[in-house]
Amino acid sequence: MKIVLQNLTKAFPSRNKKSNEEVIAVNNFNFEIPDGKLIGLLGPSGCGKSTTLYMISGLQKPTSGRIFFGDDDVTELSTENRGIGLVFQNYALYPHMTVKQNIMFPLQNLKGQDKLTKEQMLERTQEAARLVQIDGLLDRKPSELSGGQQQRVAIARALVKMPRVLLLDEPLSNLDARLRLQTREEIRRIQQETKITTVFVTHDQEEAMSISDMIVVMKTGIVQQIGKPQDVYDDPANLFVAKFLGTPPINVFEGRVKGGMLYVGPDAVMEIKGVSDQAVTVGIRPEGFVPDENGPLKCKPVNVEVMGRDVSVVSTHEASANPFVRSIINADHKVNPALEHVRYAIKPHKIFIFNKETEERIYFEVK
Amino acid sequence: MVESKQQWKAWLYLAPAIVLLLIFTVWPIINTVRMALLENYSGLKAAGGATFNFGIGNFEKVINYRRFVQCMKNTVLLCVFTVPISTLLALLIAVALHSIKPLQKALQTIFFLPYVTNSIAIGMVFAAMFNIVGSFFGTENELIVTAGIINNVIEFFGGTHVNWINYGSSYAANMFVMIVYIVWNALPFKILILLGGLTSINKQYYEAAKVDSTPRSRVLWRITVPLLSPMLAYVVITGFIGGFKEYTSIVGIFGERMGPASDSGRMNTMVGFIYDSLSNNNQGRASAAALILFGIILVVTLINLQVSKKRVHY
Repeated sequence: MKIVLQNLTKAFPSRNKKSNEEVIAVNNFNFEIPDGKLIGLLGPSGCGKSTTLYMISGLQKPTSGRIFFGDDDVTELSTENRGIGLVFQNYALYPHMTVKQNIMFPLQNLKGQDKLTKEQMLERTQEAARLVQIDGLLDRKPSELSGGQQQRVAIARALVKMPRVLLLDEPLSNLDARLRLQTREEIRRIQQETKITTVFVTHDQEEAMSISDMIVVMKTGIVQQIGKPQDVYDDPANLFVAKFLGTPPINVFEGRVKGGMLYVGPDAVMEIKGVSDQAVTVGIRPEGFVPDENGPLKCKPVNVEVMGRDVSVVSTHEASANPFVRSIINADHKVNPALEHVRYAIKPHKIFIFNKETEERIYFEVK
Repeated sequence: MVESKQQWKAWLYLAPAIVLLLIFTVWPIINTVRMALLENYSGLKAAGGATFNFGIGNFEKVINYRRFVQCMKNTVLLCVFTVPISTLLALLIAVALHSIKPLQKALQTIFFLPYVTNSIAIGMVFAAMFNIVGSFFGTENELIVTAGIINNVIEFFGGTHVNWINYGSSYAANMFVMIVYIVWNALPFKILILLGGLTSINKQYYEAAKVDSTPRSRVLWRITVPLLSPMLAYVVITGFIGGFKEYTSIVGIFGERMGPASDSGRMNTMVGFIYDSLSNNNQGRASAAALILFGIILVVTLINLQVSKKRVHY
């Protein structure tokens, strides 16, 4: 089932009664979610990603715009009739019911020709429980489960009625780091096994990047960029997206273009074509630095952190927008933190330049 | 823990409360037991220097009183009917109140008004509503006109008036009026408690139910009631305790006669029996009845707690 969002907008009335200013949570969202894909809605808190999810679920009504499931316009359809599965951030498992009763609950609501016999319900319940690997816990109460197990029960409950669309609201935020890694692989596996179009919301870029077929990066209600995770990472549309994706984050510098030369502070980093002379913001991915005695970028090292395979060099540069410049380099290169200076060459595809005012990407060619 | 050197300070601060409790709660309880166990104890005679033998004669007498058995029957019947009815109604009203947005505050206030109204005054209004005008004393010209809004309504719809509470009324009619009155009177407190419980239930359970297209009745019985069960248990237990102590509502409707004019004392309750015994200067009998009432409430509450252990989800 593909999902089409057409000019989707959600405005909340202002809390402040005196000013009638509305809060635009989601602004003119257009997107076609392909059938059977896993989509990550990504953005900092308050960016409208959860509101978008709740509009798809029908728990919130859009102010304007339309939502289609396949070819059906579901904009006016109530949540009950949309046939969706929703996993809440805190799972919302019914505390007084056992795991089995929780998973079976949606099945018992089926009416008319969809009505199931007791045996069918039990079978479907066990099937869903097996899928998320909790079939040994069916008689427990939610309070007797760990966070990860509760999470699985919530997914099983959402999947058991075979929804057209599966929605996950911050599914991993209540789990500890190790479980988070494990569970996100689980979500990926379950999604690929069931082939249900899945949308999940997260503020954790790593999480979204690692399991999504596509990610949607949002900021203050406006979609910044949509694409495959690697594409968005390699080719950010603006400074916000570039900063939001990647750990450690991208290094941002004050720079300028003058006579076909890109300067980072005083250092002439590389010759470029197709950009007029102007002051720009320069972003360099941490992995874009290569130690080179004749490299153009001159930094003062502060600290070297050995991370096994790689070495993270923390240094300072006078044009850096952040206190420190962080570069990840191969451990074969030896950097002595006591040195006065370390010089880097920059990989051309790891450097981006942005308009200083609009923060939009400025595309250039390497000479 | 308070250090032992500081403990006398703690006791000092507690002293006013402890002294008052000892005088007005603990001593009366001990005294009740003492009076109940002294044969035919009477405060007046004791003041006159009479002595009483130790024994359980008071209990025997109380249990053998036909009036006491009637009082017990009334009390139990009232409890058995009013507690479930009022709890169920309060639940439905609380859920309805919780789900509406406009006028919610105003309606909450209206539903809470009976709680702050004097129950004798409410009783008099109810008595007027269920009244029939005619003769109260069974003379020849009785029941010429019917007044009382309930009978007016019945007659408006073509029914015949019912003698609810007046001379010659039936026990069932009396009981019906009492149940209506007590249920109405008990609602506000229960609604308040249940409404408080409802607001503390996480809304996501309802959203989850909505996503799973759960019918409303199923949401009520499978989600709201179990999640509200601690409050429901509290409301039922206090309801039974209150029910067994029922007295003022009877006075409100029937006056101190505790029954229709044709049969005084017919609607009397256990607390009413205790008051009567006290006013007859029969403190021994009153104390014995009070202890029996205490025993009954204790047993019922223990049963309630036992049941709620299985049914209540905390």
